[in-house]
Amino acid sequence: MKPVIGLEVHVELKTKSKMFCGCSADYFGQKPNTHTCPVCLGLPGALPVPNKTAIEWCVMLGMALNCYIPLFSKFDRKNYFYPDLAKGYQISQYDEPFCLKGNIKLDSGKTIGITRVHMEEDTGKLIHEAVDGQEVTLIDFNRSGVPLIEIVTEPDFDNAKDVKDYLQKLQQIVRYLGISNADMEKGDMRLEPNISLRDKQQEISNKLPNYKVEVKNINSFRFVEKAIDYEIKRQTEILEKKETPVQETRGWNEAKQKTVSQRVKEEASDYRYFPEPDIPPLRWTEKQLDGFRKLIPELQNSKKERFIKEYGISEYDTEILTREKETADFYEEAVGIGKEHGANPKSIANYIINKKINTQEALPADLVKTIISTSAYVTIDNNKVKKAVEKVLRENPKALSDLKEGKSQTLQFLIGKTMAEIKEKVDTKIIIEEINKQTK
Amino acid sequence: MNDLTSLTIVQAKEKLKRKEISSLELTKACLDRIKKLQDKLNVFVTITEEEALDSASKADRELEKGNDLPLLGIPMAIKDNFNTKGIRTTASSKVLDDYIPPYESTVTQRLKDAGMVMLGKTNMDAWAHGSSTETSDYGPTLNPWNTNHLPGGSSGGSAASTAADLSIGSIGSETAGSIRQPASWCGVVGLKPTYGRVSRYGVIAMGSSLDSPGPITKSVEDAALILETIAGHDPKDATSSNLPVPKYLSKMKDPGEKLKIGISKNYLEGVESQVVKVFEDTKKVLEKLGHTFVDLELFNPKYAIDVYTILQRSEVSSNLARYDGIRYGNDRSFFGEEAKRRIMLGTFTLSSGYYDAYYKKAQKVRTIIIKDFANAFEKVDFVLAPTSPTPALEVGASKGQAMFGELSDVLVEPSAIAGLTGINLPAGFSNNGLPIGMQLIGPQFSEQEIINIAYSFEKETEYLKGRKPNL
Repeated sequence: MKPVIGLEVHVELKTKSKMFCGCSADYFGQKPNTHTCPVCLGLPGALPVPNKTAIEWCVMLGMALNCYIPLFSKFDRKNYFYPDLAKGYQISQYDEPFCLKGNIKLDSGKTIGITRVHMEEDTGKLIHEAVDGQEVTLIDFNRSGVPLIEIVTEPDFDNAKDVKDYLQKLQQIVRYLGISNADMEKGDMRLEPNISLRDKQQEISNKLPNYKVEVKNINSFRFVEKAIDYEIKRQTEILEKKETPVQETRGWNEAKQKTVSQRVKEEASDYRYFPEPDIPPLRWTEKQLDGFRKLIPELQNSKKERFIKEYGISEYDTEILTREKETADFYEEAVGIGKEHGANPKSIANYIINKKINTQEALPADLVKTIISTSAYVTIDNNKVKKAVEKVLRENPKALSDLKEGKSQTLQFLIGKTMAEIKEKVDTKIIIEEINKQTK
Repeated sequence: MNDLTSLTIVQAKEKLKRKEISSLELTKACLDRIKKLQDKLNVFVTITEEEALDSASKADRELEKGNDLPLLGIPMAIKDNFNTKGIRTTASSKVLDDYIPPYESTVTQRLKDAGMVMLGKTNMDAWAHGSSTETSDYGPTLNPWNTNHLPGGSSGGSAASTAADLSIGSIGSETAGSIRQPASWCGVVGLKPTYGRVSRYGVIAMGSSLDSPGPITKSVEDAALILETIAGHDPKDATSSNLPVPKYLSKMKDPGEKLKIGISKNYLEGVESQVVKVFEDTKKVLEKLGHTFVDLELFNPKYAIDVYTILQRSEVSSNLARYDGIRYGNDRSFFGEEAKRRIMLGTFTLSSGYYDAYYKKAQKVRTIIIKDFANAFEKVDFVLAPTSPTPALEVGASKGQAMFGELSDVLVEPSAIAGLTGINLPAGFSNNGLPIGMQLIGPQFSEQEIINIAYSFEKETEYLKGRKPNL
């Protein structure tokens, strides 16, 4: 039995205004129903006017996810009844979304296919509470009409770890583009894995199982991992009894550490999609799309490659420095200043990482100054260190085998020996790295 | 006949400007006539006397200052599907019985900015679903020419208001026929603008891809004046056109050139003989004006009924979803028969497995109809046809007739589907004294040209103006 997992992720954008009206989209923590107008309340006669920025951001995300951007696209109405849905339909995209057929490459080397990236609007929020001693449900429409992007993957995952890696990468891309805070706690990113298991036969013939369990609205990467692992276990047990798990929607219950059934789907819901008559279809020119492409900043993967090549810092360090765009920008600015004042990229990287510099508060110039004044280390040729370590390891075979067995105190011994060999005050980190490299 | 209330907008403007009358006098005259005839005709759902007197007084002060806004001090009636801030707006449905909108529609805002005095909100088919006003939850409006007959619909209240001199002019909205058909049955001018020429913002949606607000007036001049006031791009309506709005009234002139007018035989199929006779009379008038007629073979209008029914029902089923009983006070049990029928049919045509067979196919035929007209307008400047196959039918005619509206709107539906502009012009009378209207249909955004030819026709048929409903 092998898991087949696909993912739907909703990302709320941080545009100034909502998707189809001028109301502020910054609703978090605001008094209920204060960010509303006839449009997002769905009042009779009100009409949606699409937010240009939100659409451009959606296209840019699609491009960052290597999607194909069709020149023609449109909005559709997705009709269903729910108290938090003011109009009785959600404006979404059905058969002609903004972005199609993209992919993300995972650390494991695996590539996850992205089916589509489309634009839609968020719903209001139901609040269940007691008013004057009576249990009631209240509706807050502040969130109604906030721009949402939905990213749908192919069922390409077969384990929870890859899902988590995918989510982290997606979150990072979204943050790099600066289109969403992707703050899990504020519900900026909502995750819906669908999970099923298939046997060898189905796997070989590349067939999908005849059922699918969807876990709705998870707001933490950790919970997604747990929910997937739980589902794999639960479904395996059912399948081992030669039964088929029920096609249904479940939710993750963190307190009970399990998924619980929410709604059984007998068949696919009929949303009666049709083209939104209130919004004319959109047509892009190649020139417009090229313009969006130019607005996409360098993303982590290419930044990492460039940092290693340009600054000669380790993969481990680049990973940390490029995790957030702000840190990477800070680092590069410091490197630029350091160049003029004799602080090398390597020592700047070390300093930022080791001292856990808060790049939001610190100034790159101050940082460089501090490095120069406190650093008595001498910058020496990497080759010299390499040769010294080679010599020390060759001359101390006992220490080397101890180190390989995990006796960490021998490391100090080897560092001392190397220092003595070089006869200059060198940053021990460089020596440790070299020893690690040579003893791998 | 009431001297003041029978004025046209252009005439009333002149008198106001010359200080022969005040807006307050004019408004009071209208309100008096409304009070006298409301019970008889049931034209209004809501009468806004206080607000009307208030804005008339304000208008008089502005007139005193020499202000000459286009509609300053002119009392008008507004169809009840236009949202009016702070004033009950029902679309003639009990679902919205006590709904007071917190915002103003673009059309009424532009009218108010132009100085209009609003007398009240006129009766209509509930949700604009119909061509009779008989589906109104507030009872049918009756035809001012003969109260045994219907005024048509859905803008029946607005057409009757203008025809009965309850207001100096009025505003209606057309999805397919709802301006032209009641104007025809009530003997007034009804101009349906090109889709997108006038903003839909704040008009309670019926068929979103078709809805076009427009004027219902006593003269072509008045229609031109109102249109130039309400037309134009609206940032709140993504489907509104960016094209500049001509000054229709000041640019209005007899068409200098001789025009080619198309006629298609299938627009006379099933049309009552007295209507055909008026059609022939109208041709003669236009020929006398020097225009020539060209025989066309337009796509049979009966197919437009199928297309329109599917597309409009589909959009209706979605547009009415918001009245789910959670907001607006009254729940879904307050929907009338007609609304329920349309919701069911629209839900069906959009359902998976049926979408391709109905909605998608209807869209394809819609494209054929658009192309058909485009071809026709390469050969002719306008198309002339009767507006309705019959004069006003009797009260009760729509009862039990689920397709009543579609059948009586057969001649206006194709041009509505194609998003074209058209105008109903009073053109004659039936044997029993009911008005009969003819329509001119033009290409998209040909409002100025339509107004020009309509104006010359109106001048040539001045004799029709002598007849007024006997109330």
